[in-house]
Amino acid sequence: MAMRDEARMLLESMGRLFEDKCTKQVVDLAEKGSFPGELWRAVSEIGVPLAALPESGGGADAEWSDLYAVLRVAGRYAAPIPLAETMLAGWIAAAAGLELTDQPMTVGPVRAGDRLTLERDGNGWRLTGRASRLPYARSARRIILLTDGPDGEMAVALDGTAGAETTEGRNMAGEPRDTLSFSGMRLVADAAAPVRGGTTRAALYRRGALARATMMSGALERAMDLAVTYAQERQQFGRPISKFQAVQQNLAVLAGQTAAAVAAANVGIESLSRNDPEVEEFRVAIAKTRVGDAATLACEIAHQVHGAIGFTQEYALQLATRRLWSWREEFGADVEWAARLGAIVCARGADELWPILSAP
Amino acid sequence: MASPMFRFDPVELPPEAIALRHEVRAFIKEHQHLMGFTRGEFNRDFSRAMGKRGWIGMTWPKQYGGHERSSFERYVVIEEMLVAGAPLSAHYTGDRQSGPNLLRFGTEEQKQFFLPKIAAGELTFCIGMSEPNSGSDLAGTRTRAVKVDGGYKINGSKLWTSNAHRADYAILFCKMAQEGQPDPDRHAGATQFLLPLKSPGIDIRPVRNLLDEHHFNEIFLTDVMVPDWLLLGKEGNGWNQVTSELSFERSAPDRFLVFFQVLREMLRMAGPQPDRATAAALGRLVAQLATLRSMSLSIAGMLHEGLQPNSESAVVKDLGTRYEQDIPVVARGLFPTEPELDAADTYASMIARATMNAPRLSIQGGTREILRGIIARGLGLR
Repeated sequence: MAMRDEARMLLESMGRLFEDKCTKQVVDLAEKGSFPGELWRAVSEIGVPLAALPESGGGADAEWSDLYAVLRVAGRYAAPIPLAETMLAGWIAAAAGLELTDQPMTVGPVRAGDRLTLERDGNGWRLTGRASRLPYARSARRIILLTDGPDGEMAVALDGTAGAETTEGRNMAGEPRDTLSFSGMRLVADAAAPVRGGTTRAALYRRGALARATMMSGALERAMDLAVTYAQERQQFGRPISKFQAVQQNLAVLAGQTAAAVAAANVGIESLSRNDPEVEEFRVAIAKTRVGDAATLACEIAHQVHGAIGFTQEYALQLATRRLWSWREEFGADVEWAARLGAIVCARGADELWPILSAP
Repeated sequence: MASPMFRFDPVELPPEAIALRHEVRAFIKEHQHLMGFTRGEFNRDFSRAMGKRGWIGMTWPKQYGGHERSSFERYVVIEEMLVAGAPLSAHYTGDRQSGPNLLRFGTEEQKQFFLPKIAAGELTFCIGMSEPNSGSDLAGTRTRAVKVDGGYKINGSKLWTSNAHRADYAILFCKMAQEGQPDPDRHAGATQFLLPLKSPGIDIRPVRNLLDEHHFNEIFLTDVMVPDWLLLGKEGNGWNQVTSELSFERSAPDRFLVFFQVLREMLRMAGPQPDRATAAALGRLVAQLATLRSMSLSIAGMLHEGLQPNSESAVVKDLGTRYEQDIPVVARGLFPTEPELDAADTYASMIARATMNAPRLSIQGGTREILRGIIARGLGLR
């Protein structure tokens, strides 16, 4: 189906923006601890981080599918900013009526095993528990957390990490992953509100997993592009290595896995407009599983084609592959989503497999 | 991005295709006794019944017996039939590639004569490409045609010709005999004919496959006379035509649904609450299948728009056969059993058939290596 013109224009302008402002130098500096403020401002000026919100709430009523397409471009350029996190934080906060910002935000918990509880304390609240490896928590102006409140799930808005016991960490790609612990941290009354509009922990986990799968599909496009270009430039035995059949066959596999990853991410993205948690769960499981599988094989080939140069800090391939190796485990590894997917189809029964797969 | 990317834009099935699915399922239910697993059954009655429903030549013009329905409707019919294990052999080649090739390159007379019969399920075609010394290297064909008064005289042989012993026609790929020095262009002189398999001078001999089934044949052609009107397209244009025919062959959804019934049987064995490792292994296969289907639907969309997605079709076939060949491997890891070919459609017999059929999947319709070469060409590497 032809992409709508506005979506295409958005993608093209985001591509140009990242090409211009998200250079390897910017990514390298971010990894050394300097938040790329200029890149964030440029992305924020286009209005992308909060675009899914209604116009009345400072957004643009944008389609989630378009915003996920932007995440693919961000993944392609290894953008070292909490773009997916801010989108998801805005989604939860706006639904709950919590105060928003177009500054960097993050959201959690991002790990299935973490638990936060919220208790009443006079007029306000007390927050207890742990949110492990929150992306970019140290740079986030606002942190949106989903907690178990006295009467169900509550969304909480924190102004940064102040008041939390914070342990800074990072993933293999050097992206901040900070662990926040709370032991009865006091919050004012309007810092928390019941979740609305289906913005539950389960929904956050799904959409986070899909965000990572989508960013991975972009990073795979980058790895493939680098490998194909490099093979045509690198000369050995008197000709470009792309002329050797062994190399060609490997690149063909890489291209197939990359195409499958983009298609699988789209299988998930297509479900976002349905507002059907069951369909979304099923399709996100397909996406995270298939993209994870693709990444494992594709990283291996991309490095093999590059030889030693791909193993250096100086060359850009590692910007893609270190992210792929990190993101494939975040919001649930492919094996965990595969187990979930297998559990779903087995519970429905063998004879329902084809009806489910062929359902519109 | 500097290098080309293969695009598989997501496609949603239109409402008429969704509606059609229910009709197809009802039809399959009526013919349940004919459904089976990988037997590739040849059943002219079933083909005629499908023809009556208008499910062969679905996208062809009505003037040639077609039904002018969309590629998506055709897609739905085919995937439902494949999943059910329907006996499609008598019409599948004609529907998938011979008919489309005729539509594209045939004369008015040929289209009027052949297409309505194929669409009715009354005429069976087979593929006359491979030869003893010309498999992947199709341009190395040694079968030769000589122009004679009123037609062509053909000599040579074809091998691995599925269904030749029960088909009516083959689309024969050969070369026009050249005088003197061989032409430096390996594609020069390539020509296709609509070959009636009952012609004098044709000898069809069985080549039994490793399951001891008779699908393959070797065809010997000795001074076979083909009248002028059965030349397909132009003399010398055969390479162009056969490339187009192969792209029809490769873009079909039959490249990842052959072993679907094994996957379904594995779900049955796993039960409603499998352990985590079993669930994960099955989930992985389901994720691959769902992704392949989405890519294949996207190809149907490209065909619908009149595009020729050659590289994309090669990608889906390569990924599809890899996935299919993994199915018996995963199955024997999860639920080991001694394969038993002769049992009815039980798990043990499915594993036997899947294991023994697996090697052909990445050979027929273009080997894995040839497909990856096509993909590499699409990437600009060759």
